[in-house]
Amino acid sequence: MLKKSKIMMVALLCLVAMAALAGCGGQDAKQGAGGSAQQLSGNITVVGSTAMQPLAEQAATQFMAKNPNVKIVVQGGGSGTGLTQVSQGAAEIGTSDIFAEEKDGIDATQLTDHQICVVGIAAVVNPAITIDNLTKQQLVDIFTGKTTNWKSVGGPDQKIVLVNRPKASGTRAIFKKYALGGAEEAAGIEEDSSGTVRKIIKETPGAIGYLALSYLDGSVRAVNLDGVAPTKENITAGKYLVFGYEHCYTKGKPSGAVAAFLEYMMSDDVQKTIVPQLGYIPETEMKIVRDASGNIKNK
Amino acid sequence: MKKGVIKMIFRLGCSELLGKCLTTGAALIAIVSTITIVVFISMKGLSTFTNYGVSIKEFLFSVDWLPDRLPEEGGPQVGVLAFIFGSVVVSMLAVLLSAPLSITCAVFIVEVAPFWGQRFLQPAIELLAGIPSVVYGYIGLSVLVPFIRDNVGGLGFSVLAGFLVLSLMILPTIVSILTDSLRSLPREYKEAALALGSTRWQAIRLVLIPAARSGLITGIVLGLARAFGEALAVQMVIGNTRKIPTSILDPVITLTSAITMDMGNTPMGSLWNSALWSMGLFLLIMSFFFILVVRYGVSKGGITR
Repeated sequence: MLKKSKIMMVALLCLVAMAALAGCGGQDAKQGAGGSAQQLSGNITVVGSTAMQPLAEQAATQFMAKNPNVKIVVQGGGSGTGLTQVSQGAAEIGTSDIFAEEKDGIDATQLTDHQICVVGIAAVVNPAITIDNLTKQQLVDIFTGKTTNWKSVGGPDQKIVLVNRPKASGTRAIFKKYALGGAEEAAGIEEDSSGTVRKIIKETPGAIGYLALSYLDGSVRAVNLDGVAPTKENITAGKYLVFGYEHCYTKGKPSGAVAAFLEYMMSDDVQKTIVPQLGYIPETEMKIVRDASGNIKNK
Repeated sequence: MKKGVIKMIFRLGCSELLGKCLTTGAALIAIVSTITIVVFISMKGLSTFTNYGVSIKEFLFSVDWLPDRLPEEGGPQVGVLAFIFGSVVVSMLAVLLSAPLSITCAVFIVEVAPFWGQRFLQPAIELLAGIPSVVYGYIGLSVLVPFIRDNVGGLGFSVLAGFLVLSLMILPTIVSILTDSLRSLPREYKEAALALGSTRWQAIRLVLIPAARSGLITGIVLGLARAFGEALAVQMVIGNTRKIPTSILDPVITLTSAITMDMGNTPMGSLWNSALWSMGLFLLIMSFFFILVVRYGVSKGGITR
């Protein structure tokens, strides 16, 4: 009797394992075949940027409520993962914080860029550092390790502590390119997530780092650059240039459900509600356009 | 029809065959997955050297980690010495602190106070092993780091914070292996020592601990291996500065945290990504080395029954 129940258990375990394996296999998303506007169907996998994940998730939930036959799975993993997966055809949409052209090892020519929104990045300091403005040169000197005390830029006598994101992070790449003019940062603390960066800057005397505007909550002090405040108005008008686009990349031209979903991301339903709620700037409100090599044009 | 099939399966099950198939199958899965993982990591990790022509010497002994630098500026460079140094320093210090503590705990549990040592201390230590590493890291980040910053100095994010957290994490590994090996010693060792007139302390120090030496070394090596491979908790408290630290209060970076921080944001197949795989390969080779030490280095020496 005991033997039988044991065998049953083993058989059951095998079944469960098999079911789990089958479930994994089933995640392989196939492009939606239904093309008509009323009857959209298909599976869409969105992979990539963790910064964009909440936005994509909320948009996907709303889109799925309107189109019950479409199933959208949103995953994080990082911008590099997103670009790799969409290039290999493993995901329908790859999200990224920076242009595909800026990532080494990605063939950008076969990808189509869809810019969804804009994220501004501000230099932030510990609240005890009573500095409101830094010139670009001062900022570069601080981040390259030339200036090591806040006294030299008009602040209190306090050692400067650099808090960086990892080198591969999109936020760091944008900050380095547009705020530091490409200067190589000195070694400092590196943290994986913007939340941790904010916590460290808040708690560590003399700390300076950079955060997306969506992470500013009053616990750290955002600094003006050359007298321009990092605000939505200054960014849309093209006065404050430390910003990046949040991209959705597809392989070639999108069609069917994928095209409909990307169109939905650009509609007022998303641009006027979810995007500002999450602290991003809607692409539709931008008055300027900047391409991958940094050239700026009026829209 | 269906009932018949189920009956047949059961009859089969009663025979030896099903059991044999199941065990062989399970063993095969274990072996195949180990081999495929090793092959996969080796292929990915070696491509840094074969595809991109980075020399192994430069990879292991250079401190210049500039994978994003353009070729015209002298990049990209992938030297990981600072990461290896960080890993070695943090785990060695953790073992140095944890080993004496673990030996004391194990002796206490087995020899000094078997009753409440086994009832309370051992479960408490085993519980430590069950705490997820993210929780250790979070406690370290919220309690230990500010404490070091305010009372010891520096930023708080430091080698010190890293090895303190790690030493607590590897304590259960060393203690449980050592208690097992102390317990398995023949009773006569202790009795003979006491009969010869040695005190309890002398019996423990001169007879029991030397006799359990192989277990002691196994525990320490496995603890070291665990410390070397731990990523999350360490990453949260060491500050991750890509530089060789000059003091115990300086921030530092380890191989594991360097991998996790860049992993998601680098495209597969690029030099940057391959360099991360090479670091993974290095970790794998280190753990092979630790396993070899445990398997072949330990059995010699020590008193075996």
